Amino acid sequence: MRVAEAWRVALDALRANRLRSVLTMLGVVIGVAAVVALVGIGTGTKGQIEQQVEGLGSNLLLVVPGRLEAGSAPAASTMTLDDVEAVARVVGDRDRVAATIASGETVRAGSRSAFASMQGVLDNTPTVFVRRLDRGSYLTRTDVTTGRRVAVLGAGTATTLFGDRDPIGRQITIGGVRFRVIGTFERLGQSLGVDRDSEVHVPVTAAQRLLGTERIDGLAIRAPDRERINQLSTAVVDTLTERHPDSDFSAVTQEQILGVLGDILGVLTGVLAAIAGISLLVGGVGVSNIMLVSVRERTREIGLRKAVGARPRDIGVQFLLEAVLLTTIGGVLGMALGVTAALLVDALSPVPAAITWWSLALAFGVSAIVGIIFGVVPAQRAGRLDPVVALRTE
Amino acid sequence: MTAAIVATGVSRTYDLDGVSVPALRGVSLTIEPGDYLAIVGTSGSGKSTLMHLLGGLDRPTGGTLLIGGRDVSGLTPGEMAKLRNETIGFVFQSFHLLARTTARDNVALPLVYRGIGRRERRARATEMLGRVGLSHRVDHRPNQMSGGEQQRVAIARALVTGPSVLLADEPTGNLDSATGQSVLALLESLNAEGVAVVLVTHDREVAARAEHQIVMRDGLIVSEADA
Ligand SMILES: Nc1ncnc2c1ncn2[C@@H]1O[C@H](COP(=O)(O)OP(=O)(O)OP(=O)(O)O)[C@@H](O)[C@H]1O
Ligand SMILES: [Mg+2]
Repeated sequence: MRVAEAWRVALDALRANRLRSVLTMLGVVIGVAAVVALVGIGTGTKGQIEQQVEGLGSNLLLVVPGRLEAGSAPAASTMTLDDVEAVARVVGDRDRVAATIASGETVRAGSRSAFASMQGVLDNTPTVFVRRLDRGSYLTRTDVTTGRRVAVLGAGTATTLFGDRDPIGRQITIGGVRFRVIGTFERLGQSLGVDRDSEVHVPVTAAQRLLGTERIDGLAIRAPDRERINQLSTAVVDTLTERHPDSDFSAVTQEQILGVLGDILGVLTGVLAAIAGISLLVGGVGVSNIMLVSVRERTREIGLRKAVGARPRDIGVQFLLEAVLLTTIGGVLGMALGVTAALLVDALSPVPAAITWWSLALAFGVSAIVGIIFGVVPAQRAGRLDPVVALRTE
Repeated sequence: MTAAIVATGVSRTYDLDGVSVPALRGVSLTIEPGDYLAIVGTSGSGKSTLMHLLGGLDRPTGGTLLIGGRDVSGLTPGEMAKLRNETIGFVFQSFHLLARTTARDNVALPLVYRGIGRRERRARATEMLGRVGLSHRVDHRPNQMSGGEQQRVAIARALVTGPSVLLADEPTGNLDSATGQSVLALLESLNAEGVAVVLVTHDREVAARAEHQIVMRDGLIVSEADA
């Protein structure tokens, strides 16, 4: 029997039992849709995170107190501005070493107020991280050395406090202390669930005075090139450990952050996809079940086909194709449903989704394979039927 | 001329839950090209069992059976299927047409398993329906046809591959006598064209029209007669 003919016969058989075919497909449709949608969301989220981490600037090395290990408590920082100087000497360029002390503070302008993340920083922050100004200017070296009370507002904070008015030159209070606005940042949006537009940058010295401390929370170093990152990382941690023998310090690169986040997301996506895969498996069992019913119902037909010359293989192929057709049609419908679901999630929720061609190809391939695996037993049973017994069946 | 089918001491024993039921107990029979043979016998005497063997649907448990000169004992199920397709045409009491399929596609079915293309299949099926007098029923489905018409479709299907032997197991059993007569007349005209016809029947009158008659009882041929 020609393959084209076999397809036609299989399609006819499915058409003859339209409702049953559709219901049988449903299991595969839901399974494939779930796999496609979940993989899409996983891929989209991963892509967004990578973009954001890379958006911090390239060749970045973050230095924080304590050990970065699962289960270790965040350590109190013992670092001060003197350590920044020491690290800058190791790096050999003070413009490449940024320092931060952060604190959540209420910021007021007239009757309006906003909760913002106050970041005490050095004047080099915009070059170490990638931050662009919308208006005004950034902190200067003098602002930092003299502890001048000037502030650069995130786009969100600026809008909350001043609406459409130009905030440059206006007075605000941070934690009750007066500051003057000298600039605003470009809008950034969310990053890893943190609203990055509600930051307020002030000179690190002013922030330390406001908080009554000498400490800084962390360092960020922009390495001159990728090759030097690891070497720099060791040198910086060694320097800090030498200066504070009782404390631990950790340095992480962008790649490490990406790697860890990617691993977590990969596991998460894998687990979700596996759960979705189980429903695909259940769908396959349904297909197998219906095919066995179909073989039984059409025993006389099988007997007749054999009587007029169908070989066991012809009958087997016919039923196998029927199963594969069920699952692949289900697979295509499931892909459409999954893509739609992913796009809806992407459009209507903050969760991003990205549909990749490989995931669609995989879904299609898997649904075809499910058809083959779950169609083989019914097909073999049909092929092996004794024609005399089959013809006598009522 | 070689015989179309030669059975020598053929037996067929069914195994029913460990109990062996002998349905045929040593039957010898030769069917020559162009023969017209009627098999009669009481119910359960083994007529259908013999027909299934002669048509290569089943294999004997004893004796030798040659179909188209080939010993079926050495053939795989696939080879048996090919043999049936090439040399045998079956006509059943209950027609056995595919329900959702038109007369033409029912007739064309054996050609599907010969790997013949759709266009040629349809042309040959249409021609064959013409020969059984059903040119006006080509696109009808079985449930839109009378019993006699359905049996003619079945005969057209049996003939479409140009078989040398037509095996008909009570082909008129489900038909009224007038319709039965016309189906018989059709079989006889085909026989006149050279197709061997083997007919199982309960009707002595029908049997009497054949060139040879065989009477069966308890799995054995108890008498043979020529007209
Ligand atoms: N699959 C089977 N398993 C067990 N015994 C069977 C089987 N098929 C047929 N038989 C037995 O073999 C014997 C012959 O059956 P067969 O169908 O050949 O008779 P028949 O002559 O065609 O009868 P009828 O005129 O009623 O059609 C019967 O006794 C029957 O019970
Ligand atoms: Mg019988």
